[in-house]
Amino acid sequence: MGGRRAEETTLSEVSELAEQEFEANPFGPHHDPVGSDPIKGAEQNPTDQPELVQLLTPEGERVEHPDYAIDLSAEELQALYRDLALVRRIDVEATALQRQGELGIWASLLGQEAAQIGAGRALQPDDMAFPTYREHGVAWCRGIDPMSIIGLFRGVDSGAWDPIETKFNLYTIVIGAQTLHAVGYAMGMQRDGGQGACLAFFGDGATSQGDVNEAFIFAAVFDAPVVFFCQNNQYAISEPIEKQTRIPLYRRASGFGFPGIRVDGNDVLAVLAVTRRAMEAARSGQGPTLIEAYTYRMGAHTTSDDPSRYRLASEMEAWKLKDPNERLKAYLVRSGQADAAFFEAIEAESDELAARIRKATVEMPDPEPASMFDNTYAEITPELAEQRDTFLAYQAGFSDEASHA
Amino acid sequence: MNTVTLGKALNMGLRKAMEDDPKVLLMGEDIGKLGGVFRITDGLQKDFGEDRVIDTPLAESGILGTAVGLAMRGFRPVVEIQFDGFVYPAYDQIVCQVAKLHARSRGRLPMSIVIRIPFGGGIGAVEHHSESPEAYFAHTAGLKVVACSNPVDAYWMIQQAIAHPDPIVFFEPKRRYWEKAELDPDATPEPLFASRLVREGSQVTVLAYGPMVKTALQAASAAEEEGISVEVLDLRTVSPLDMGPVLDSVRRTGRCVVVHEAPSNLGLGAELSARITEACFYDLEAPVLRVGGYDTPYPPSKLEEDYLPDLDRVLEAVDRSLAF
Repeated sequence: MGGRRAEETTLSEVSELAEQEFEANPFGPHHDPVGSDPIKGAEQNPTDQPELVQLLTPEGERVEHPDYAIDLSAEELQALYRDLALVRRIDVEATALQRQGELGIWASLLGQEAAQIGAGRALQPDDMAFPTYREHGVAWCRGIDPMSIIGLFRGVDSGAWDPIETKFNLYTIVIGAQTLHAVGYAMGMQRDGGQGACLAFFGDGATSQGDVNEAFIFAAVFDAPVVFFCQNNQYAISEPIEKQTRIPLYRRASGFGFPGIRVDGNDVLAVLAVTRRAMEAARSGQGPTLIEAYTYRMGAHTTSDDPSRYRLASEMEAWKLKDPNERLKAYLVRSGQADAAFFEAIEAESDELAARIRKATVEMPDPEPASMFDNTYAEITPELAEQRDTFLAYQAGFSDEASHA
Repeated sequence: MNTVTLGKALNMGLRKAMEDDPKVLLMGEDIGKLGGVFRITDGLQKDFGEDRVIDTPLAESGILGTAVGLAMRGFRPVVEIQFDGFVYPAYDQIVCQVAKLHARSRGRLPMSIVIRIPFGGGIGAVEHHSESPEAYFAHTAGLKVVACSNPVDAYWMIQQAIAHPDPIVFFEPKRRYWEKAELDPDATPEPLFASRLVREGSQVTVLAYGPMVKTALQAASAAEEEGISVEVLDLRTVSPLDMGPVLDSVRRTGRCVVVHEAPSNLGLGAELSARITEACFYDLEAPVLRVGGYDTPYPPSKLEEDYLPDLDRVLEAVDRSLAF
């Protein structure tokens, strides 16, 4: 880890700098137009931690930020904690199911719960989200049954939810491709009077993809109502962030002509506040924003990965101290906004959810073989129908053999 | 009735489609004020505005990727790829997203996108401006691929493609953009996914699509002078193939030659040959022969006349078939 300026800088110093900057950049000091920030301007190493928006310290202490205030009731804070705890439990259960051979693979969100819940809870009904394949937390916020996601990783379908109805696109596995879809959808909103904005998810590795850079260009040129939400979890499978960039990712935005901001991705309050602001800007015609949620992938890339080959256990230990769930729990306890009974109830709900997932997974039926021919086209073509019929006759041959045996 | 070029017929077809359905959008490089490098979208931005005729940044993957998002939102984007050889930056979006989203979403996401590609050689261009990449797309499930060969088809097929629910790669024979024909906008069009008998004959069936239909017809006329009767079919649809008329013809003639500009190796000719052989092996008097581009990169333009199938190469194949 490089310099830790933000943590070394006292709160009053931060506020002072923010005031100095406000006149030059009223959108906020963290929306960094080209090199205007003396602190960030000096940053050259992508692992340096330039100032990032934080409202809850890793120890669970509530801090104020000059630009990103948030005022949540105890019930709202409890609801956020419930989200964090339940999506973590879904993740733990799915990982276990993969280890037991019930899922082909699982992409864990462990450590990224706050980034996803903070972003997901900033969405409004008219908004449309475009996930990668790891946004189980955002899916949760969109009301999608975890079983719809688990089916994909079990191999029964490509995601069972309705992307139009849920306003949550299907998972996209090609890295970064969905960012362009988000921009196109946002261009559609501009053209049909839509009230919402798009929230495009991607990771640090995706920022190297041409599609993501083209998405930035199209969004900027057309002033599209889209927010780019990059979860920088420090690794693209095994490759650390230094293999993707020489500058902090949020600063890429200035080159494309829109604001970029880095937020503590393990601070659900800060992520919620920052995403709300950026989405509101997009909805009200102010164009795109790039949010870099600075976080850490505490698990493997997927269950097929072995992080011990490329990163040190000590790094993991350091990030464990910044655990997104624990810090909100600490805050709730410390501020007396939740008692032991609340946490016990969440624990019990988690257990029920895990049991339901386990049961539904092992009972999930395999798809009908001939269903692979469905939906290749809006209406099956004569030549494909012929192929399907041949397949069915071939399959039927086996059952005839069985009945005649 | 009026006489129009193939390029003008496409322009008229696009205009009609935009008038008929406000969800139709055109996207591409230089398609606005310039009207496209071949002027196919001439005057459309002036009449339909910049929100419906969109000059995009110079990024093909970006064009297709944003078209996907617009299609999800219920629009019908018609994308212009400036030249055949420039489609490859968009290949991932076309193959992994455009082609598969309907299946991935189990039919919930509409993917009504038309990808217009001027294709083929014969115009004396530099590298990447004369290619025939149709087989790449025909190989991809979820896409449909068509090619027009004349102004009348161009007018109707572009409208039918835009109205169709599936994504379609629409190949335009760029060297035939200036060919003329009588167009009756009140006529009843033929179905989009249908091949058509364009010249009757009895001894050899020649299959062609796009720019090679004219070449095949010229070859058939020349053959007639030598007393050989050649039947010509315009395939029109490359994927799915409309095999009915093809098999009917080959069963009658017993001989077949497939002509396309694309390299022969794993081209459409290979697929047609396999299907014809599987369906009417005992009717064949000779193996299905292929006349295509050579399996080289498209050559510098001073050599393209040697590379491209022409009347003589088609006739040579017809003779070989008859001699078998």
